[in-house]
Amino acid sequence: MKIHEYQAKEILRRYGVATPRGRVTGDAEEAERICAELGGHCVVKAQIHAGGRGKGGGVKLARSAGEAREVAGRILGMRLVTPQTGPEGQRVRRVLVEEALDIAAELYVSVTLDRQAGKPVVMASAAGGMDIEEVAARDPGAILRQEVDPLLGLLPFQARAVARGLGLTGDTAARAAKLVGGLVAAYLATDASLAEVNPLLVTGEGDVLALDAKMNFDDNALFRHRDILEMRDLEEENPMEVEAGKYNLNYIKLDGNIACMVNGAGLAMATMDIIKLYGGEPANFLDVGGSASQDAVKNAFRLLVSDPKVRAVLINIFGGIARTDRIARGVVGAIEELGHVEVPVVVRLEGTNVEQGREVLRQAPFRFIVAEHMADAAAKAVAAARGEG
Amino acid sequence: MAIWVNGETRLVVQGITGKEGTFHALACRDYGTKVVAGVTPGKGGSTVEGIPVFDAVAEARQATGCNASMIFVPPPFAADAIMEAAAAGVELTVCITEGIPVADMLRVKAFLAGHPTRLIGPNCPGIISPGMAKIGIMPGHIHRPGAIGVISRSGTLTYEAVWQLTNLGLGQSTCVGIGGDPINGTSFIDVLEAFAADGTTEGVVMIGEIGGSAEEEAAAWIAANYSRPVVGFIAGRTAPPGRRMGHAGAIVAGGKGTAAEKMEAMRAAGLHVVESPAELGATMKKALPGRRL
Repeated sequence: MKIHEYQAKEILRRYGVATPRGRVTGDAEEAERICAELGGHCVVKAQIHAGGRGKGGGVKLARSAGEAREVAGRILGMRLVTPQTGPEGQRVRRVLVEEALDIAAELYVSVTLDRQAGKPVVMASAAGGMDIEEVAARDPGAILRQEVDPLLGLLPFQARAVARGLGLTGDTAARAAKLVGGLVAAYLATDASLAEVNPLLVTGEGDVLALDAKMNFDDNALFRHRDILEMRDLEEENPMEVEAGKYNLNYIKLDGNIACMVNGAGLAMATMDIIKLYGGEPANFLDVGGSASQDAVKNAFRLLVSDPKVRAVLINIFGGIARTDRIARGVVGAIEELGHVEVPVVVRLEGTNVEQGREVLRQAPFRFIVAEHMADAAAKAVAAARGEG
Repeated sequence: MAIWVNGETRLVVQGITGKEGTFHALACRDYGTKVVAGVTPGKGGSTVEGIPVFDAVAEARQATGCNASMIFVPPPFAADAIMEAAAAGVELTVCITEGIPVADMLRVKAFLAGHPTRLIGPNCPGIISPGMAKIGIMPGHIHRPGAIGVISRSGTLTYEAVWQLTNLGLGQSTCVGIGGDPINGTSFIDVLEAFAADGTTEGVVMIGEIGGSAEEEAAAWIAANYSRPVVGFIAGRTAPPGRRMGHAGAIVAGGKGTAAEKMEAMRAAGLHVVESPAELGATMKKALPGRRL
C-alpha cells in the first residue's frame, strides 16, 4: 500500500526524523495562511502517489503568501501528468505547504528489503534528487549499504557509518545518523516495504531534514496497523482494482483488449504472456483463486466485461482439487446470472474430469469457444478479439 | 527415488481442525502419506477422522515420531507455527499459508538458522513424490512416478507443467513448490542440489517468475554444477513494472527482476528456455535423454 508524502512525514516525525515545517490543505486560501505563518516564503507541493511531481509542474516555490495562494489555486484540481502517472494524469486534491529552506547539499537515504540477503538494507548516496536505480546503473560504487539485522534493528555504529560515508562531519553527521536511525525504526515498526528520503536536505546551518519522503507498506501486515490502513486513499487507485478488491479478487488493469480470468497467480501471468506471444494484448491480470468458485467467477466476469476496451474474454482454469466439471458449471451459472454477455468467451479447462467439463460448456445456452490447451486458447482468444472468432 | 518426502515420511498437520487443514490432511492421507498427528492449541485429546490431535508439536512428536509438518495456520500465527515445528525438531516443515508478513518471515529465517529444520514455502502448494507421499494441496492424481524433478514458485502453473509431463509419459521424481513470497525457506538451488544428489532424477523443469534474483542465482549454480537437462520458464514477461502480480514476491522493482533478464541468465547457463508455457513438457521430452554440452 502507498501513502502520500505528507502522511509519510507524519509517521517519520514520530520516530524522530526532522522534516520542514508545514501543513497540508485542499484549499488555496488556507495555503495562503499557512505560508504567512511560515514567514511568507514557502514551497507548494501537489500530493499524489506518483513520483516525478516536480517534472510535471506539481511543485512550486512561492515568495509571498499571496503567491502561495495563486500557486495552490493552480495546482489544486489540475490533472498532474508525471512520468509515473500515465498520460491521463492524476487529479490533485491536496497540497503540502512547507517552509522554503536554503540548500547546502541534497543526499539520498532509504530502507527496503534485500531479498537475496533476507534482511532490510539501508541504501544511501550523495546524489540526492536522483532515482536510486539511475545511480545504481551509472555508478554502483556510489551507493552505501548497511544490512539491518531483523532482530536487532540498525545499530548506532551503522547509522554513524552511513553519515560518515555521505561525507558529513561533526554535528551534521550526528543529526544525519539520528535521522537514519529514525527512518529504520519507522520502517520496522510499521511493516514498511520502503521508506525513502529523497532528497535528504543539509541546510547552510548544518541541519538535516527529510525534504521529501515516501513510504510503502507490506499489504500482508496491514492487519496489525489499523492507523496506516486508514491512510489509504482510494482516489489514487484504479477504480476497477478497488472494485475487484471488494470481492477479494486479485486484479491488475492493463492496456490490452483480451480479458483473462485464471486460477492461480503464476498461471495468470503465464496466460498473459502466451496471449502476447500469439500477437494479442492482455487487458488485465486476474487470479480468481485456486478453487475458482461460482461466486468468484461471476464477480470476476462482471468486472472484466465492464472494461469498454475488452473484445474477448479468455478463461483459463486448471482444475485440481476442484473438479473441472464443477468449475464449468460455475462458469455457465455465472453467465446465466449475468444474463447478457456481448463479447466472445474462450474457455480452456484442464485437469480432473476435463471431458465432462467441456461437455457442460458445449451444452450451455451461451456459445463458448472451447479450447483444448493453453496455446489453442491463446490463438482462439487473439482471433476472437480481432473479430475472426 | 525422490527427495525429502517418501514412504518414511510421518506427517503432523498444524491447524488440522480448520476447514482447509482437515480437508488437505485427509487428501494427503488418501494419497498414501502417513498422517500421524494434528496440532491445534486447545484441542489436544480430540481426533480428526481418526488422526489424534495434540496441543503442541513437541507433544505430537513425542507421541507419534512425526518427522514432517504441514502448516495451515492463518497468517498472523503462521510464523509462530513454523518456529514451533523447528523447536520440536521436526526435520521438514511445509508452510502452505499465504499472506505472512515479510517481517515475520525475516524473524523465522533468523530463528531457523539455529535449527536443522528445512522449511518449504510459505505461500506454496507443497511437495509431492508421486506414488509415495505428498505434503500439500496439489491434486495428487495428475502426477506419475518417474524421473523428472519439478521446482516452481507457482501453484497452478506447476500443475500445468506436471500435467504436460504426465500426458507425454514423463513421470516425476519429486515436485517442489518453493512458494511465491519474497522471503522463503527453500531456494531453487537447495532443491537443485538435492536433485543432483538423487541418482534417479534425470532432468529438471524449473518454473520461475518475475521479482528478485533467485532464478539468476540458480542458473549460475546449474552452469557450474549440474549437467542433466533443465527446462526453464519465467512467468510475467507482460507484467507492468512496480506492480505485485498476485504473489507478494512477483514484482519488478527498480527495473530489476524482469522476465527478460531471468530468461537471458537461464539461456546463458545452458538451460532449455521456453517462451511458451504450453511447451514445457514437449521441450523436456526433446531434451531427454541426451545431455547438455
